[in-house]
Amino acid sequence: MERRAAGHWRLPAPRALTFAVWRRNARVWRRLMVSNLLFHFGEPVLYLFGLGFGLGRFIGEMDGIDYFAFLASGLVASSAMMSASYEGIYSAYTRMVPQKTYDGMLATPLEVDEIVAGEMLWCATKGCISGGSILLVASLLGAVSGAEALLCLPLLLLVGLAFAGPALAMSAVSPSYDFFSYYLTLVITPMFILCGVFYPVTSLPDVVQHAVLALPLTHAVALVRPLATGVPVEHAFAHLAVLAGFAAAGFYVSVALVRRRFVV
Amino acid sequence: MTASGPYVVEARGLLKRYGDDTVVDHIDLRVPRGGCFGLLGPNGAGKTTTLRMILGQSPPSGGTLDVLGESMPEAGRRVRARIGVVSQDDNLDPDFTVMENLEVYASYFPHRLRRPLRPFLESLLEFVSLEDRAGYRIPALSGGMRRRLVIARALVNDPVLLILDEPTTGLDPQIRHLIWARLRALTERGTTVLLTTHYMEEAERLCDRVAIIDRGRILAEDAPRALVEGEVEPSVIEVRAGELPPPPELARQARVETVDGVWHCHTTEPGAVLASLRDHPEFEYLHRPANLEDVFLRLTGRELRD
Repeated sequence: MERRAAGHWRLPAPRALTFAVWRRNARVWRRLMVSNLLFHFGEPVLYLFGLGFGLGRFIGEMDGIDYFAFLASGLVASSAMMSASYEGIYSAYTRMVPQKTYDGMLATPLEVDEIVAGEMLWCATKGCISGGSILLVASLLGAVSGAEALLCLPLLLLVGLAFAGPALAMSAVSPSYDFFSYYLTLVITPMFILCGVFYPVTSLPDVVQHAVLALPLTHAVALVRPLATGVPVEHAFAHLAVLAGFAAAGFYVSVALVRRRFVV
Repeated sequence: MTASGPYVVEARGLLKRYGDDTVVDHIDLRVPRGGCFGLLGPNGAGKTTTLRMILGQSPPSGGTLDVLGESMPEAGRRVRARIGVVSQDDNLDPDFTVMENLEVYASYFPHRLRRPLRPFLESLLEFVSLEDRAGYRIPALSGGMRRRLVIARALVNDPVLLILDEPTTGLDPQIRHLIWARLRALTERGTTVLLTTHYMEEAERLCDRVAIIDRGRILAEDAPRALVEGEVEPSVIEVRAGELPPPPELARQARVETVDGVWHCHTTEPGAVLASLRDHPEFEYLHRPANLEDVFLRLTGRELRD
């Protein structure tokens, strides 16, 4: 009797142990909380001050919103993207390959399903912490309109999940750290530049406008900006659906690819 | 459920292929409950792959495999909840201290934990003589300490079966003896131990039964003493002879293997061999009883495996 090779592409069914994986990562993060928080604040705050004040003086308003607030809300979304992506590539890869953390986990009742689900939730949590930090700075500077901006926090979790899945899939197929600079240069940086963080996507040529609609950051910005600046949200359901789609597809693909790497 | 049946592992026709490469070739293996069972084999024999299948980490290409009375890999989670694993590589978590490593690992077995947890984990550290290292970070531990911590970590879920993949490779004799003593203490408490090794001395001292595996097949399986009695002559006389061929009378008295200028004379009549050697005072020799290593080399051959 011979069996077929493992069904790496069968549907994942993560169990409650997912949260044990999340707690493991949170515990590591807590050890170095202060320096970790500084890192989360650092770069986006630099952008916010440098570009927000520097360019803001010349630009004044963009799309009817004060430029500082416009940029701040865009950076809330993009820093969630950056943070979830970096965690999903560099940090998750460190656990997956050189540190052999997954090998240890797979000798317990955990399966790849829970490991990837826990990692994704943790990436999303970091995205939420990063985006939330910018939101806090922006609100201290009077660039956030009202309490509905708090809705950004659960939204940032979803944004984080949408970027965590693809990042973990990259880690699962990566032979080394070098591989990630391609992902950052070819995927993440273009989104950062093109998806409406610094200017409205409507100012792009038609063709590019349509293309960026396929990218998750466009939809993240389209939801975060109105919530943070007190403008009515348009097409909320469609934007949420795109983000949820990236999160679900990313989860499915990364579970399959991590299984392919470990369950052989 | 047959979880209390006579075997903790029962494989029939177990097969693992990677492409055209057959790594485990239709093996039948029964590991009895209680005591220590050794899987012996050269590098690349299929030992680690067999362990991975037992843990449900590698789906078999064929055959059937029951572990703790349940069918693998389907019952993987339930079965792994009752197994402790000491892997070949050190996969301790460098982000945590010694105690945190145990705590975090314990959190993956929520239904198997002894309460209160902390004193239990402290007793595990004591068991492997690491009680004064609880607050150390992993990079500050020596190789021997790390291996002992991996053993303590494998016990957080109070396993009925402890699986160790080459547990003492690369360790100094003191640590090796400590680990052997701890493994014996575990089997005395009723834990079944399944280990792989290519140290014959380890297998002879620890294992109640061993299976010698090579090229994915089991070549022999029995108690170490019985294998030595059944597979090779009881005495070995090793003669350092340089480039000379063995004299013909020696070949009549013993099965002689020449390896790198040493004649290994396997014999049932050591007296006769020693008498012939007395005529050649220029040869240095060593007379010793046959051991598991002789069985191993006889069955798996002497060529190098890398």
